[in-house]
Order: sequence, then structure tokens, then C-alpha cells
Amino acid sequence: MSNSTERKPTLLTSVLSHAFVLLLVCFALYPLLWVISLALSPSTTPEARVIPIPEGVSLEHFAAVAGRTDDDGSWLFGRQLFASIFVASATALTAIVIATPAAYALSRFTFVGKEAGMRTLFFTQMFPTVAASVPLYLLLNALDLLDTHAGLILVYATTAVPFAMFQLRGAFDAIPRDLEEAAMVDGATRFVAFVKVVLPAARPALAVTALFAFMSAWNEFILAATFLSSEHLYTLPMLLQSYAGEHDASWPRFAAGAVLVSMPVMALFYVLQRQLVSGLTSGGVKG
Amino acid sequence: MRRSALVLASLAALTSAAAISTTHAQHGETLVVWHAYGESEARGLHAAIDAYRADHPGVAIDVVGSPFGAYATKLRQAIPAGNGPDLFIDAHDRLPSYVESGLLESIDAPIEDPALCAALTLDDRTYGVPMQWKSLALFINDELANGVELATLEDIEAQRDRLPRGTFAMAWEVSNAYAAAPLFHAYGAELLDAEGHYALEGEAAERAVVRLRDLIDEGTLPDEASPTLVQDLFRAGRAMTAVSGPWLAPSLPEDLSWSVRPLPVVEATGRDMQPFSTVEAAMIARGTAHREAAVALATYLGSVEGSILRAQRGGHIIANAEAWGDPRMANEDRLRGFYEAARAARPMPTHRLMAATFLPAERAIRRVLRRDASASDALIEGRNRFLDETRDPPPVQNPTYALIGVGLLGLFVALYTGRRLSDPELRAALVRSRTAYAWTAHAVIAVGLLVVLPLLVGAVTSFFADAPDTTGERVSHYVGVAHYIDILTARGGDLFGHGSFYLVLLVTVLWTAVNLVGHLGLGISLALVLNRPSMRLRGFYRVLLVLPWAVPSYVTALAWRGMFHRQLGAVNALLALFDVEPVSFFAHFATAFSANVATNVWLGFPFMMVVTLGALTSIPTDVYEAAAVDGAGLRDRFFRITLPLLLPALLPAVLMGAVWTFNMFNVVFLVSAGEPDGSTEILVSEAYRWAFTRGHQTGYAAAYAVLIFGILVLLSRLTARANAAAAR
Repeated sequence: MSNSTERKPTLLTSVLSHAFVLLLVCFALYPLLWVISLALSPSTTPEARVIPIPEGVSLEHFAAVAGRTDDDGSWLFGRQLFASIFVASATALTAIVIATPAAYALSRFTFVGKEAGMRTLFFTQMFPTVAASVPLYLLLNALDLLDTHAGLILVYATTAVPFAMFQLRGAFDAIPRDLEEAAMVDGATRFVAFVKVVLPAARPALAVTALFAFMSAWNEFILAATFLSSEHLYTLPMLLQSYAGEHDASWPRFAAGAVLVSMPVMALFYVLQRQLVSGLTSGGVKG
Repeated sequence: MRRSALVLASLAALTSAAAISTTHAQHGETLVVWHAYGESEARGLHAAIDAYRADHPGVAIDVVGSPFGAYATKLRQAIPAGNGPDLFIDAHDRLPSYVESGLLESIDAPIEDPALCAALTLDDRTYGVPMQWKSLALFINDELANGVELATLEDIEAQRDRLPRGTFAMAWEVSNAYAAAPLFHAYGAELLDAEGHYALEGEAAERAVVRLRDLIDEGTLPDEASPTLVQDLFRAGRAMTAVSGPWLAPSLPEDLSWSVRPLPVVEATGRDMQPFSTVEAAMIARGTAHREAAVALATYLGSVEGSILRAQRGGHIIANAEAWGDPRMANEDRLRGFYEAARAARPMPTHRLMAATFLPAERAIRRVLRRDASASDALIEGRNRFLDETRDPPPVQNPTYALIGVGLLGLFVALYTGRRLSDPELRAALVRSRTAYAWTAHAVIAVGLLVVLPLLVGAVTSFFADAPDTTGERVSHYVGVAHYIDILTARGGDLFGHGSFYLVLLVTVLWTAVNLVGHLGLGISLALVLNRPSMRLRGFYRVLLVLPWAVPSYVTALAWRGMFHRQLGAVNALLALFDVEPVSFFAHFATAFSANVATNVWLGFPFMMVVTLGALTSIPTDVYEAAAVDGAGLRDRFFRITLPLLLPALLPAVLMGAVWTFNMFNVVFLVSAGEPDGSTEILVSEAYRWAFTRGHQTGYAAAYAVLIFGILVLLSRLTARANAAAAR
């Protein structure tokens, strides 16, 4: 209801609005504060408490996770951090590269099979992946991509593509056709017009789509643990999982690792906060 | 934004260059060893292997650790595909299923110790070299025990009232069947008898289960004990004793004075509380090209030298009896305590049905603890469940008819396509579509190959089941639509009975609906409030409100589960401020379901909020201006303008959200874990249980997946039709 006609809010509505939002901010942050408090506590006493205050503040768990080395003395955390940054960025890039032109075609052209294709895309989101892991494994094996980052990136990126296409198609729908048609009248090919006119206009949506793809790859560990068999390729969530073993779980370390793993994503949220809203603005997820 | 992209891109380039320059060790020349150890145990393994490398400079060994959660799946997929290790380490309780799946090579080396030999022998073949023992033991906090003799369970119980408030006499996860087994054994009951029949029923078992409940009710044991709670209580000095395993030791603080010994005797029966012991072994993977080298390394790991290194550097409870006589082991009192506890334990039967006893037994125990059913009813139901989950796969069908059917279908499709293609109009349309195809071809190939194809192949597996062939190994057989018939007839039971497809479907629909209301309600109202231009700090609030998204959901879901604990959870602490009695959230369907919903609403409302904020900006402001001129009030404006304009824009996101929620496996699995008694399971978590915890019945799980898919397609078509009708 962004409009100039809104009457000046009374003090009461203003207070109520803030109270409502603050209540939900507490709801949103409360479990996260427990995670952080667990990560900071040098020791944990199980006690029923309402307010998540750590028992003393110590960075030992963070230091232990971030400073962990393997037996050759190489810096495990650093290596897995770089592997994760590489895999997640490459996933975001690949997903965008695959999805953008196709989403553009869905937005601008009518063609035989368009409806069926859209439907298939939506249907892929409905099928539980419980039985797909073995075929996927055999497929990567046949392509000789097991135990490589390339294989993992390809799998992550293609799983991110359907959602990315919905997103981007909506964004392209919201961009007036006149823009690129004007460029094409001036002699540009459709491709040049797409790159020079449409893509810049869709930048917020591209950023958000890339962020989603990045996040899905950033947090995933089951496929990574199944497909990768060389420790130098392992990604960060796998390090995190090593603190949640069958019996020897170390929850403070797990929590500290979770905080460390989340920090880059939080930073991206902060950087992209404006795009996060306007990126979904431009049409949102059109089915 | 552009700069951050640049930084990311250059980082990516750097790391890929680094990845290329480190040439990947070739499996062909290297002995590959897999394990799923945590940090400290891995150190022991590495120490022994380093020593072996020093003695055998010609042998290259690559040691690879995997997260425990994915370990068994990984072995199952990698070994048959020829990508597995040469040697891997796992406990003997998984041995029968590995042998059935054809993952192991037997070893000829004789094992002298009869208990070790029995654990690693199946059908007269021996698999693996024993490395360490694991079993539960009694941890004693020496300070709290204060020198009191704790030889019997009753001794421990008697200390209850002497201890400070909030300190338990015993921390013990009795709702877990593996952890509760020692008490069953002390009462003369067992999980699986010598003939391989489920045996946790009858008077002895009933008495044992009731005893467990009494121990909790009288306050000797904490409520809802999880492994973490046992660990935390003992570590914090809030439990005089704990029933746990060697894995607890590395996390105990230095200033805690503790000792370890075998579990006590139960005075009432005069029998020992014998826990199960498992033998961890180095096993040879089927199809290894380095059998001899692998056996040699395994033998070394189990030898006196290798064992002592593992014990001293990694705290392994080594299985080599001779090594325990070595003077170098003289000062390892705690390790020896664990060893003695393991030797006093009962080796878990090496039987293919053993693993299937735990979950049914666990459900029975939980029902008794909750007073949901009498001990005898709960235990009988447990047995029935065991029989149901382990029943024989459906009979093998002749695939001829199916193949003929598929052939005919293919022919029909080919003929139909041919006829359509001869239609000049369609051909013209196809030619016109060429440009569009050029833009979409790569996406079609990528999604088709890596998303659609695996799903289709997965769907096809729903017509197959694993059944033992003549050699005893399990192989895939065609069984037709038997799985579907089974599921849709509720496995021959009551159609809306416990765990039936229809009941679970109802729960799933309820789950989806309630979550959507929560997501939409919070998302839309927040967006409306945050969208007011007069609202200060909007950007700040927005960033805080999307934070639930940033932390991996498998971490936050666990945090939520902890918050719902009966005695120690924050939610009950909060309720206590209002004088509300503590709630056992996971003991009733309504509360357990609500706990799941709270978690999932928390996870999902930021998405709806962001989508709504986006959609709101697309509502033209002049509509409001016109409304204001007409004198429409706030309420009118919301119901007449905002909502009608918002809903169509939100519909795609709502549909997508509904699909995601319908298949939201993580939350159900990690928060309520289906409790109480599987009633909060949804279809997809039920499918996962069949695929991973109920004997790897992948075909059956795949049939579930296909049915879920069918239901969702149907629902989405209906929505689309209703929507179209509404638009008209």
C-alpha cells in the first residue's frame, strides 16, 4: 500500500506496527540465538532457560573448526571453504547460463512444446528425489564425472534450473518488449539486444536467482558426500557434518561450524538486500 | 554488486586452477581406505597407517573419511559401480546387509577369539579383520558417587535422593532400543532369538519395559533423554552415572573426575545388564584390484603393533587381546575399562534381521513410556510391525506382458508422432519455432539428462524389488505393480489404520494446508506493514527477518527440536513463566505436529514475505488514489484492492510453496522424527523410511514417490482449472 494518499499514521498504529514486526523479529532470531549461544559457550549445562545467553564467551569452538588441519598439516577449513566457494559460485553461474536464454525464450516466443515444457519443469519440482540418487550416481559414473567438482556443479546447477527459469521468465515478462525491439530496429541482432538491453534491465532478478542457486549448493552435503571420494575436493558442509557423527557428536562445534558456514550467506543477503525484494518484484515466480 | 561478482569469479578461477594442478591420485596404483570416523578416532587410524607406510615404502595408501550419515549409501553405490575403496572400516552389525548386497570379499585368515569370529562370520565365511570393540559402559562421576558402591542398578537408584536438585542418578537414553537392550537382557528378554525371530515380547520383556518407565517416573532418569542430553548432563556434572559408549570420552572436560566400568547387575533378577557389543572391522570391498595388499594392511591394523598405535593415538578400544598384555598398554585404565565392558557384553547377533528389530522395539518402548498402551499391547504391536516391515518381497513376475505393453505404447507414440508430423501446419509451426529451440536446447538437454532422466529411472525402480537369489545375495527382480497394490491396500491392514497410505496422506494434506496458512498469514501481514512508507527501519527489519533462510535448515531444525524438550527446552521454560505445566511435545500428535509446523513456518515465512513485498510494488498506486477519492476505508482497501490484486501475483509462489511443503522431509525427520509413534510422518518421510531405515526397500520407496508425484500433479491441475474458472 505504498501510496501518497495514506493518512499520516497515528502514534498507536505506528507503535502497533513496530510491536508486531519486533515480535516476529524475535521469532525469527530466537532459534538462531540458541545456535550462536551454543557455539560461544565454553561448556554447556543443560538447564531450562528462556533467554539464550551463553555461559561465558569463548571462541574456542570457532577456533577449533576454523583452524582444523588434516594429518598432512594442510588447512582443512580453508581448503573446504575454497572448494565450497568454487562449487557454489560455479553452480550459480552455470544455472544462470543455462536458465537465462531459455527463460527469455519462454517469455518472448511462442513455440511448439512450450506449454508441455513449462509443465514438465513444474512437475520436476513435485517428484521426491528419494529414488533418483542411484540413477544419478550411475549417470555421473557413465559421464566420468564422479568425484569431480564439475560433476557436482552440474548436478546442483541443473536442479536449480527449473526454479531459476520460473523466476527469470517472470522477470523478463515484466520488461517491456519495446526496449529490445527499439535496439533491433537500430540494427542489433536479437542476441545483442538480449545481452545489451534485456540482461541489464533484469539485473536484480539475475542476482537473486544466482543467490538461490548459490545457497542451495552452499548448504548441500548428501550428494556431495556420496559423489566425492577425495578429501581434497570436500565442501564445507561435509566438514560440518563430521561434528555430527553417529555417537561422537560435538554440538558446540557443530553450532560454531554452522555459524561460520552461514556468515558468507548473511553477507550476501546484506549486500543484495535491495535486489532481494526488487528481484522477486519483477514478476515473481510465474508458473 | 558488480564488484562482489568480480571477486567471486576470480576466487572461483583461482580455486579451479589449484584443483587442476593437484593431480588426482589414481586409484589404479593406490590402496584406498574408507572410514567414517570422527576427528579423534581418525587420528588413531592415520597413526597406524603412517607406521605401515614407513615399513612399506612401495605401497601408496589413500585414506578417505566420509560423513557418517552418507557412509553406507556411498558404499552401496560406489562398490558395485567399481569406484569403491579397496578396504573400508565399519561395524559388524552392518555386515549381513553388505554381504547380501554383494559388497564384501571374504577373508581366509582365521580369527582365534570365538566372540570376534562369530561376529564376523556369516554362512561359514569370515569377513574382515577385527579392529575394535564398542559397547555401552557405565560412566561414573567419582565426585558425585563419593565412594559409594554402585554394583547394582538398585544401588544407583538409591542414591537418587541424596543428590543435589537437578542432578540425576543416571543419564540413559532408554527410549533407544540399543541403549535399553541391557535391561531386557537382565530380565531374560531379547530382541532377536537364536533362530532369528523377533523376541521382544512376553512377560520378561513387559517387566523390563515397565521397569524403564518406573526409573523415569521416580526421577532416577531424565525424561526424553537423547544422546546429546546424556552427554551434556554427564559432562556438566549433573548426572552421577551415565550409560554411554567410548564415544563420550573425548568430549569430557579435563577437570571432571570419572571412571568407567561394565554396566551393573539388576538385583531383582540377579542378572548382569549386558549391553550389545559390536566389532568394528577392516573389510575388503568386492572387486578390489589389490586384494592381497588390502588384506596385508587390514592384518597390520589388527596386529599388536597397529592396535597399540590406534589405541594410544586415537583411543580405539582395540580388539586384539594380545595387545592388551603389552606393557605399553599398562596405563590405559579408561580404555581398559571400556574393553572390559565390551568383553562382558553380548555380541550383537550377525543376522540379517537384527537391524530391523530396533525401530519396532523402540516404538514399543516409547508407547509404554508415554503410557499410550499397556506393555503387552505395545510389545505385540512392535512384533507385528517388525513382521510387516521384514516380510518377503512380492513374488517375481514375468515381465513379458509389461515389455509387450511398453513396446505397443512406443509403437503408438511413434505412429502418432509420425502422423502429427505429416500435418503441414505443425511442420510450419515447428519451422517457426526454430529460433526458440536455439535458445532453449541446452536447457532442455541439461534438465532432461540430469533431472528428468534420473527421476524417470527412479520411477521405473518402483516395479522392482530386491530378493535373495540362489547364492543368498539380493538382486533386483521385476514384481509388476505389487508395490502399488500393497501401498494402496494399506498392506492388507485397515485402510485408515496406523501408518496407512491414506492416513499419512491426510496428515500430509493437513500439514501442507496449515503451513501455507502460516506462511501466507505471516508473510503477507509482514509485507503489508513493512511496505508502509511511514515505517521506519524497514531495511533493517527486512534483513533480520530473512535470516532464518541463511542458516542451513538441518542445523536450525535440530535447534528447534532442542527447544521443545520437556525438561530442558526453552519453550517449556517460557511456558513455566506463565505457570503452565511442562508439555511433552513429542508425546501427542497435536503438540508434535504443532512443533513441526512452528519450525516449518519459521523456515518458510521469509520467502512469502519477500515475494509479497515484490508483488506489492506492482500494484499501481492510482488505484488507491481513486479509492481514497471514493472514500474507501482501510478495510475496504485491503479486501477490495490489495488482496484481489495480490493473490494472482502470489499464486505461482503459493503453488511452489505448497509443493515444497508437501515434500518437506527435513523438518519432519529432524524435529518430531515421526513421533509419537509415526503419526506425524508425511508421505515423503515415510518414503525415506522405506528407502533407508526399513531394509533398503528402494522399490517400495520409489512407488511412494510416484504416488506423491501423481497426487501433486492432480492437485495442481485441479488448482489450475479452478483458477481458470474463477478468471472466467
